[in-house]
Amino acid sequence: MTKKTGFNDAISRVFIGNVVPIMFIVLIAFATPLSGFSTGYLVQEMVTRLGRNSFLVLSLLLPIMAGMGLNFGIVLGAMSGQIGIILVTNWGISGVSGLFLAMAIATPLAALMGWLAGIVLNRAKGREMVTSLILGFFINGVYQLVVLYIMGKIIPIKNSALVLSRGYGIRNAIDLKGMRQSLDKLIPLKIGDISVPVATFILIGLLCLFIWWFGKTKLGHDMRAVGQDMAVAEDSGIKVERTRIIAIILSTILACYGQIIFLQNIGTLNTYNSHDQTATFAVAALLIGGASVARASIPNVFVGVVLFHLMFVVAPMAGKQLMGSAMIGEYFRVFVSYGIIALSIVLYAWRHLKERERARRSLRGAKES
Amino acid sequence: MNRIRAFVDKAGWPRIIIAMLLLSLFIVAPSVGVRVDQSMTNTIVRFGMNGILVLGMVPMVQTGCGLNFGLPLGIIAGLLGATISIELGLTGLAGFAGAIGFAAPFALLFGWSYGKLLNRVKGNEMMIATYVGFSSVSFMCMMWMLLPYRSPKMIWGYGGSGLRTTISLEGFWIHILDNFLTIRIGPNFMFPTGMILFFVFMAWIMWAFFHTKTGTAMTAVGSNPDYARAAGINVDKMRTIAVIMSTVYGAIGILVFQQSFGFIQLYNGPFFMALPAVAAILIGGASVNKANITNVVIGTILFQGLLTMTPSVINSAIQSDLSEVVRIIISNGMIVYALTRVTRKSR
Repeated sequence: MTKKTGFNDAISRVFIGNVVPIMFIVLIAFATPLSGFSTGYLVQEMVTRLGRNSFLVLSLLLPIMAGMGLNFGIVLGAMSGQIGIILVTNWGISGVSGLFLAMAIATPLAALMGWLAGIVLNRAKGREMVTSLILGFFINGVYQLVVLYIMGKIIPIKNSALVLSRGYGIRNAIDLKGMRQSLDKLIPLKIGDISVPVATFILIGLLCLFIWWFGKTKLGHDMRAVGQDMAVAEDSGIKVERTRIIAIILSTILACYGQIIFLQNIGTLNTYNSHDQTATFAVAALLIGGASVARASIPNVFVGVVLFHLMFVVAPMAGKQLMGSAMIGEYFRVFVSYGIIALSIVLYAWRHLKERERARRSLRGAKES
Repeated sequence: MNRIRAFVDKAGWPRIIIAMLLLSLFIVAPSVGVRVDQSMTNTIVRFGMNGILVLGMVPMVQTGCGLNFGLPLGIIAGLLGATISIELGLTGLAGFAGAIGFAAPFALLFGWSYGKLLNRVKGNEMMIATYVGFSSVSFMCMMWMLLPYRSPKMIWGYGGSGLRTTISLEGFWIHILDNFLTIRIGPNFMFPTGMILFFVFMAWIMWAFFHTKTGTAMTAVGSNPDYARAAGINVDKMRTIAVIMSTVYGAIGILVFQQSFGFIQLYNGPFFMALPAVAAILIGGASVNKANITNVVIGTILFQGLLTMTPSVINSAIQSDLSEVVRIIISNGMIVYALTRVTRKSR
């Protein structure tokens, strides 16, 4: 009896550990041939999307290191970035200089938002994820208040292309003419038919180096200690709350840069929708890359972005071929994003509970099993 | 002074501020040309529409499963019931009763499996509930297109398959509860007696259930699971019952909502329906682990009153539509506040 339970436990542990990426690879292996896209097209799409999304996904890593789970609050950073872009567009500064100016303006705002989120999450220990999610909805309301009612009234907006016809409030869609792909095309490179956004990849590479280096600093070690066990960290003299706030501030600022990079690639800012799915898609990509709520690495980010966006590109066409309707594929990819997040959190929580049970069983000794 | 402080402690600042705000809106209303009697009617109707959905929060909160962000699951059961009832061509009272009847087995099934799931993830219920809700709504988006519905009242005119995003209840059971024993005073005041009676009935069932042996055991599980286990209560079973109840109330709640609203909203309709219900019960003074029917009644009146009054009064006063923004800020702000408050107490 004991042996059998042990064997089952081992299988379930291996399966649970890797179920998400395994499921996903199987899914894509079916859907890709169905969609009928050429390899060249798919490779180009993946290169573009790696440049577009990796920065945002990387911004999730530090809070996971600090044991705060998936930071759905990165939308706070995304919104800060969008405010930076709106202001820069208003001043008519274009090109890469405009891009970096937007980042510079948005940084203090993102830091403030991150600080706020950090304080809120410190008061909600043990339920950080759901709190960060609802906090994102809440700040979205504040963002709409600012952009829809205060901009153009209290904050002067002189560029008429930005302002709604009623005289205040920002238009729904803003064409980022001057900024479009300014970073992607800064260092042009073509390999065969595939254009590579070199400058964007350099920035992403620098961020990876930063995260790797950060993990080796004193602060990085503190963060990991806090993530392991807050009480132990506190006893060994680490300022737990301060460390957690720093993790969230950094994450929010990075997400702000990530969103600006994302938008320069897309080329249009949907003032009220661009940030809606930022957190969902970033989190789903990271989880598909094999990360869990408590553990994530840089390779998880890149594997996840490729797998998730391959599904994203392929799903509508595969849906059309299979069911005769592209809408099905679109609903399917939304379902997959949410479903993957649900599944990952369930598996994490379940494993957590099982581990506690195992610990309890081993304390009791072999008598009962 | 002490009595004032005791009252503030008991009622809580957010509830007092929101009540004051609502009161001042009602006082200001006539001076900006908004009719008070019409606003009262709207508030009462909205209370009736949302009351049962908010009631659905109580069992899960009471058994310690946290706020039911997974309410969309119950809503989906209700939508299935409504669409099946229309598909069979049932109208009037039979249609409404049929919708409840067809929704019930789905709600029981969904609630049972949702409860089993939540029992395996104790401590993380709210996050998982949120994403179970989101993913089931997006899963049903596909199903609404694929399920073999035939009624021409419900499917797209062209293509001949797939349900429409909104389905009118005109000619089926629109206002079936609203119009039962309605009291009308003047052209602007209407009291939807049937709907309010139905709410009272559902609230009474909940109240009575929580006074049975099982109900008391459920409250014990919520207050102290270890003590409850020691007293021989099957904790997991009680939690499953609570989740089933919440889901069934969600299903019936959406049917009541729709008969007054006049439309069935499919696809992305149920996505964010849990948030207003959660906000309402929190405004009513509930916390993440304590809720009762008084919280539901007070919270729904305050929250829905605010939602009715802010757009009309603010629009008339400053000529711009802030209602959506106000709704987002108040409901989510309230939830964040509640999520941060409880840990401070329990730590």
